[in-house]
Amino acid sequence: MDETVAEYIRRTVLKIPRDEIKTMLQKWGFLSEAQLQTLNFHQIKDNISQEVVQLCEENSADIKQAAVLDIIYNHIHQNKRMWSVYQMKKSGEELEYFDITDFKKKFKGRLQSALKNVTITFKEYEDNAIWIRVAWGTPYKRPNQYKPSYVVYHSQTPYVFISASVLKSNLPLLCQALIVASNYHDIREMELRSHSLNSLKDIVFKRYSQNFQTYYPKPLQEENLEPESADIRIVQENRSEKERIHRLNREVFGGGPLPKLEFAQYKLETMFKSDPKMGVLDKKEPFRCLVKFSSPHLLESLKSLAPAGMADAPLSPLLTCIPHKARNYFKIREKKGLFPESFVSP
Amino acid sequence: HLATSLPLPSERDHLRPRIDLIVFMIDIKSKYSLRNVEASLAHVDASFFLGKVCFLVTGVGRVNACSIETNAVCKLGEAYCSPVLFCELELEGIRVVTAQRLLRMLQICAGHIPGVSALSFVPLMRNSDDD
Repeated sequence: MDETVAEYIRRTVLKIPRDEIKTMLQKWGFLSEAQLQTLNFHQIKDNISQEVVQLCEENSADIKQAAVLDIIYNHIHQNKRMWSVYQMKKSGEELEYFDITDFKKKFKGRLQSALKNVTITFKEYEDNAIWIRVAWGTPYKRPNQYKPSYVVYHSQTPYVFISASVLKSNLPLLCQALIVASNYHDIREMELRSHSLNSLKDIVFKRYSQNFQTYYPKPLQEENLEPESADIRIVQENRSEKERIHRLNREVFGGGPLPKLEFAQYKLETMFKSDPKMGVLDKKEPFRCLVKFSSPHLLESLKSLAPAGMADAPLSPLLTCIPHKARNYFKIREKKGLFPESFVSP
Repeated sequence: HLATSLPLPSERDHLRPRIDLIVFMIDIKSKYSLRNVEASLAHVDASFFLGKVCFLVTGVGRVNACSIETNAVCKLGEAYCSPVLFCELELEGIRVVTAQRLLRMLQICAGHIPGVSALSFVPLMRNSDDD
């Protein structure tokens, strides 16, 4: 077995948390159950990985199998990576039957014809997700297995989720291979990024609970505003205001769990408006400013701002439009026209 | 009675008892909180400022999260001749002590302590440098 493959497998196993190693190796399926039984999972990880490498040596593992183990690790720990969403466009309305083998062949063909040194690995999952791992090389160097790109494609949708490696120069090639393989004619990057892959899927596949204009005969009483464990001696003066805020929040954010995003970024290209007497900016040029909101769970924190008394309800539409516009990176420009208000660029 | 801002909703006027003490709670982590209090102060009748108003600054335990300068709050207290108390609600001990202090002030403001009235607070607020 190649030394580089052995080292790669060793490092991959080291990354895996100790209590997950056994299940991951089982999912991998490259080592037999008998071989797995011989492993001692109670020693230090260094030793476990050495033993795994030895077993792989017995089975003559090559880079292709090692890559599959890497996909498995990244599928389970998908939230460690930053994912961007891309949308593909079809030229016509041809509803073609999706053939996975054809897809793989075209994808591989396109990449390999452009770049000889690539390692391409596929793995399909039950939720119709196709995971693709690409390790990039150059015409003179073998692929760097430690900085691969990952692509998740749901074949029934025009969306692709990419976690690019640091080597961003390969992105155009990757995109091209995707559209060729999937019979689309164009691909564009959406302004939507997050660590939580499932949340990104929830947003673009519209799987989260949205605010529908349904006419519920059920009143809002089903959901208690606050635990009425409070003393009856405490009188809430602003109960109607609290209910208004709660209702507005529900309308905007819906009742269920929200997709998990970590950032919202607004790039301002608007003119600075100040008191003319202050004379802050003499030159009439756009004020360059970047506003970034970050949070472990941005949408939940936005939802809790008004009830917590930290902001007025309703919140700015620039914040609340994030899930249904499916974007968290915005450019705000001046609206050129009669009414110089700012508007959000497409 | 708990309110998020003043003025109080007028529809409950007839249900409200006499107000003996107003405690303005300012969260030191939120500038919005200070602005809200400043805006609400304008709706308070002048007679309350004779000892029946108090400022309570919360969240002082989290030093890293302070958004308001204590100086600003103290100036507010001086401007309105009212005491400023600092506390940290997340610590049970301090919470209890603060509640006891407020309760004591309330008893005085409500006239339950013979010989002491809310007016007694006012001279205590004067800066010792003035004398």
